[in-house]
Amino acid sequence: MAEIRVDNLRKAFGEFVAVQDSSFTVADGEFLALLGPSGCGKTTTLRMIAGLELPTSGQIFLDGEDVSFNRASARDIAFVFQLFALYPHMNVRKNIGFPLLSQGVSKAEIRTRVEETAKLLQIGHILDKSVSGLAGGDRQRVALGRAIVRRPKCFLMDEPLGTLDAEFREVMVHELRELHNRIHATTVYVTHDQHEAMAMADKIAVMNHGIIEQFGTPQEIYNRPASMYVADFIGSPPMNFLKFTAGVQKGDRSISLEGVDVALPEVHQDLAPGELALGVRPEHIRFSDSAALRGSVYGAEYLGTNQIVAVETGKGLLKARVPADRTFRIGETVGLELNSEKLSLFDCASGRAVLSSLHTEARHG
Amino acid sequence: MSTANTAHSVVEPSQTSKRIAGAIIILYAIITMVPLAWIFLTSFKSPPDSISYPPKVVFQPTLEGYCNLFTTRTRQTPEYIQSLGAPVSTCDEITRNRNMVIAGPSNYWPRFQNSLIIAFGSTFLAVFLGTLSAYGFSRFKVPLADDILFFILSTRMMPPIAVAIPIYLMYRELGLSDTALGMILLYTAVNVSLAVWLLKGFIDEIPREYEEAAMIDGYTRLQAFRKVVLPQATTGIAATAIFCLIFAWNEYAFAVLLTSGSAQTAPPFIPTIIGEGGQDWPAVAAGTTIFLVPILVFTILLRKQLLRGITFGAVRK
Repeated sequence: MAEIRVDNLRKAFGEFVAVQDSSFTVADGEFLALLGPSGCGKTTTLRMIAGLELPTSGQIFLDGEDVSFNRASARDIAFVFQLFALYPHMNVRKNIGFPLLSQGVSKAEIRTRVEETAKLLQIGHILDKSVSGLAGGDRQRVALGRAIVRRPKCFLMDEPLGTLDAEFREVMVHELRELHNRIHATTVYVTHDQHEAMAMADKIAVMNHGIIEQFGTPQEIYNRPASMYVADFIGSPPMNFLKFTAGVQKGDRSISLEGVDVALPEVHQDLAPGELALGVRPEHIRFSDSAALRGSVYGAEYLGTNQIVAVETGKGLLKARVPADRTFRIGETVGLELNSEKLSLFDCASGRAVLSSLHTEARHG
Repeated sequence: MSTANTAHSVVEPSQTSKRIAGAIIILYAIITMVPLAWIFLTSFKSPPDSISYPPKVVFQPTLEGYCNLFTTRTRQTPEYIQSLGAPVSTCDEITRNRNMVIAGPSNYWPRFQNSLIIAFGSTFLAVFLGTLSAYGFSRFKVPLADDILFFILSTRMMPPIAVAIPIYLMYRELGLSDTALGMILLYTAVNVSLAVWLLKGFIDEIPREYEEAAMIDGYTRLQAFRKVVLPQATTGIAATAIFCLIFAWNEYAFAVLLTSGSAQTAPPFIPTIIGEGGQDWPAVAAGTTIFLVPILVFTILLRKQLLRGITFGAVRK
């Protein structure tokens, strides 16, 4: 197993820049999710680590060794493709054993190692079947088997659950994390699904337009989004933004919103007057009749354990996640209380979070 | 009971339309099979039967046509034939009944061998070169790829015979006239454009992920090509091979022009049989029948691939 270090990695296809000066480190045994919408450069980054694309500039280190321009076959990494890429003319056993064959491993050892792997993934019973007849989940397991059988330095996975149906995806998310806990392989996992990233990853890199917007643990990403983009991309429903025009000063502990004072974590930065956005997660809003900030109920979405209530305020629509025990009438006036310790402030011009006691440091690529 | 009220499926053809379709197919098969059946029957007729009118459908089969095809004969007096010992073979006997004796083997078999060597040789070369270049065009950024592919295709836009004279002169200068190598090169050149285009379509359909997976699994690109791409391209390769083989096997014009002796193929040779001792239609028919055999066997063996090759691209994702 190994540490992956990516240093100022950049990839341009002609005029189009797919990845812009990305830098991050995946520690030995860590699970990193590259998260972002399609076309954000996450797959290109992964393919460069794999050696399927060569970087325009920058470097990639595997265990301290510069492999930026090495052949894919010389990097000792495993790659799980979105469509699995199981060789259709070979059965399951041959598919899993194929990487070992290239290393000149003896037939007897290939046999034992393939069987060990199959046992780990609980696919022993399908070893002699043709891959074309397999169900989605089994294909997925065979693809994983082919990756882990040779004990590579790291695993790279390109949306491996993308083609599975929603129900089964949950099962595989669980299985993948379980597998990771057992073999502790350094893993880079590309996905556009925030739930997958949150559920599996130790670290998440949120990408947009070839730039890593934020790199951190799922908790950091969720609680302290470094930019409005991240705040909006993560969480469902996403973070609410209340836009207003004001300036802030170091040491400020509140801002004025529509004449109402809203307390927030201590600001650590001076900012000239301009458009700002107060970011608040739906679960950090509580309905309270005594609250000064008021709005009228626009609609409610019942989710069983809780409900999402949309409230029309003077600053736009706000979605709150509240207990499901109360029923709201449309048009009803409610008071909104914001959890002052969890509020984020963003500078609309740059889109970045304003430094505060919550946002102590804005870590980003 | 009224059948009009029975529910019918939208996708399943009705009995009537199935019957009509079947009838059309059978009729078409009969129309295309008649000349072949005619040739096959004629090859077993005696020369008088072969030219009788109305044509004889029921006749006494004889191997005379096949004997005449494979031998050269000389006319002799009955006295001389009487003086010979007992006939050594059926052909010997048939020939003597016509007041002739076998002088030696004909050129049919060597010509047939030439056809085999030239057709299979050029097919192999065209498919080999075609597969490699199709893979290259399919997978790599080739500068001016579209223009080059168009150029390759354009070599088929003009009937090859239009350049017959320049090729004839070139071949004479280069010493390629009437050589198997010359014919193999010529047929390869004609077929390779078809091979590149057909195979590019097939290889485009094979996802790149397979090779990428193989390369990550520790193989070089060439190994990945051999172990992963080729096995999946067999259908396309087989279909392409049949098309190339049919062309090379049937080609007549260049064969007449460029071969006359040692490298002559069967197509220009077969018509020359007519001239040897009257209009020997059974021998011509026998030559044609045998000539059909290799292509028939090859096509039957690979018929599934051929069908896929023809319908290929009809349904695009």
